[in-house]
Amino acid sequence: MNTLIILTGSPDAALLRSQLRSRRLVAASLLCLAAVFATPSPLAASEAGPRLDTAPINPTDVVSLQSGARTFANYCLNCHSASLMRWNRLMELGLSESQIKDNLMFASDKVGELMTVSFSRKEAKQAFGAAPPDLSVIARARGADWLYSYLRAFYRDPARPTGWNNAVFENVGMPNPLWQLQGERVRVEQAAKVEEGADKDRKDSHGAAHKTFKYEAVKPGALTPVQFDETVRDLVNFLVYLGEPAATSRKQIGTLVLLFLLALWPLVYLLKREYWKDVH
Amino acid sequence: MAATEKPPVTGTGSVALDGLLTWVDQRFPLISTWKAHLAEYYAPKNFNFWYYFGGLAMLVLAIQIVTGIFLTMNYKPDATLAFASVEYIMREVPGGWIIRYMHSTGASAFFICVYLHMFRALLYGSYRAPRELIWIFGVLIYLLLMGEAFFGYLLPWGQMSYWGAQVIINLFSAIPFIGPDLSLWIRGDYVISDATLNRFFALHVIALPLVLLGLVMAHLLALHEVGSNNPDGIEIKDRKDANGIPLDGIPFHPYYTVKDIMGVVVFLIVFVVIVFFAPEMGGYFLEYNNFVPADPLQTPAHIAPVWYFTPYYSILRAVPPLFNSQFPGVVAMGVSVMVLFLLPWLDRGAVKSIRYRGTHFKAAVSAFVIVFLVLGYLGTEPITVWGQFGPWLGNADRATVVARICTVIYFAFFFLMPWYTKVDKTKPEPERVTF
Repeated sequence: MNTLIILTGSPDAALLRSQLRSRRLVAASLLCLAAVFATPSPLAASEAGPRLDTAPINPTDVVSLQSGARTFANYCLNCHSASLMRWNRLMELGLSESQIKDNLMFASDKVGELMTVSFSRKEAKQAFGAAPPDLSVIARARGADWLYSYLRAFYRDPARPTGWNNAVFENVGMPNPLWQLQGERVRVEQAAKVEEGADKDRKDSHGAAHKTFKYEAVKPGALTPVQFDETVRDLVNFLVYLGEPAATSRKQIGTLVLLFLLALWPLVYLLKREYWKDVH
Repeated sequence: MAATEKPPVTGTGSVALDGLLTWVDQRFPLISTWKAHLAEYYAPKNFNFWYYFGGLAMLVLAIQIVTGIFLTMNYKPDATLAFASVEYIMREVPGGWIIRYMHSTGASAFFICVYLHMFRALLYGSYRAPRELIWIFGVLIYLLLMGEAFFGYLLPWGQMSYWGAQVIINLFSAIPFIGPDLSLWIRGDYVISDATLNRFFALHVIALPLVLLGLVMAHLLALHEVGSNNPDGIEIKDRKDANGIPLDGIPFHPYYTVKDIMGVVVFLIVFVVIVFFAPEMGGYFLEYNNFVPADPLQTPAHIAPVWYFTPYYSILRAVPPLFNSQFPGVVAMGVSVMVLFLLPWLDRGAVKSIRYRGTHFKAAVSAFVIVFLVLGYLGTEPITVWGQFGPWLGNADRATVVARICTVIYFAFFFLMPWYTKVDKTKPEPERVTF
């Protein structure tokens, strides 16, 4: 546990970062499209749901992705699988094969294998009431903000069989997987009277005030709250990468294709104009 | 030999090529086909923006067929393997994600092109005599396209694939008497299952594309038989020069081939932006819930079809059930699509093009566009999206009331068309085309 992988200076990482920078070129054209199609969040349908925090992730931050991979391997991959992803694909994040093998995997596994777990679905269902979902594309289904909020919303609840509940996913089967890091806290309802304006962000889009709660730490974790938020941020960053590992190269290739087409357009326009000169 | 009196092919600049083409032309209608459909097919010279989308729809069809072939090489039509095989394509097949995103974006692009193409026909009366059959072939293509999209959407085997298919097939069970047996026959099982996936795969990759290609051919042959309409809605064949060539016509090749290439590049720029930078298109092209594998035991809270079906889905939801049966809604949805076939005979206008129509038609088309978009939007949302009216309206869902009003306007557009197009005060059409 807690193995450190520090590869900030590796040439792979530097290359990756410089390549990623190019995607900003096309941000403008993307924005135009986004304006045409309003972008609902993955959870737009369940509008009465909890307010989500924006995940401050950065898919170009290789150090954050490596740290997220470590948290993922240590805390998630015991019950959850990511069975659509191969271990050695993490080399994209600037890790070497031996680093992946030594720091993230169990010794018996091969680096070309999929991220599976030995915990069977049947056993898992008995333990938690529901089998833990495969996490390969969880970020694409739930969205980064949901994951970021959810993983930071656990609290102690003696009414639940696991002793844990979650403010984002009520009565979830999973106990807090990061409790050693976060510590334990309980939820207490706040006084009903809320000052106008002071609590604006606690209201949903229809202006209805949510019940407000606050959390009281009962047992500190290994990390401070700020460190814990950073750990979850890195984990979510990794989960987003895991959902679509090709996303980075997709944008790089897209930029080139787009530049080609933009360069081609004046030529085909001039060709058309040349032919159409004699049409009146 | 001399089996034919065709002149030898000349002018390619190469004796060998001239010879080869001559050899082929004596055994195959090569030159006559080239002339009839391209080099001597005279199209009106005043085509505008709206005339790009027919050709673009053909381009998207080609994209869908080619990417579809490559997807089929790695996709597994098996309920236990399908979801993972799609992610296998996304992760492990070299270039697989490009192929898959082109195919998923292509599905939506196809509908965008076809909707704009159909709207063009509405604007300029392209379905009017003598082009009724072109329109009918076109509506058949549109129907097949809907089937193709519906069957294809089950294949990734995500939650929306599964439950979307469940909802649509259950519509058939609302048909009196034969309904339940019919939906069972379609599914091949009591629920959507491996059997359904297999037959949808067969229909999606073989049956429908085959018919689709045949219909596209018929659509084009019918078009080239009568000639293209134009934004003025007048017949260019009415005025010909001494050689029998329409005065306002220009050969499709090279004039419209170079013009269409220009349109293709602009289209590809938009297409590429989506494929590479926003393949999910905010959940409209690839729904978020479809990244959860199909689970027959867990119904999603909100099941919405993909955007291109949502106007009809809204109509389905808007019609209240009768005797506890959804059948009236199913009928309304069916009629809302099938009524398109009648369009050539519903329109009694003295002119074809909206340029020379009166206020009635212009107002009707404007209302129709607004209503179609509102219905489309509402179909993507739960009916509670706009909240409820007060007790004075029985606490009805606002969205449902709006959808009902829109549904009435939708049908009024078609069924009142014989009246409002006839009484409309039209302007005189020009003798020659204008730009």
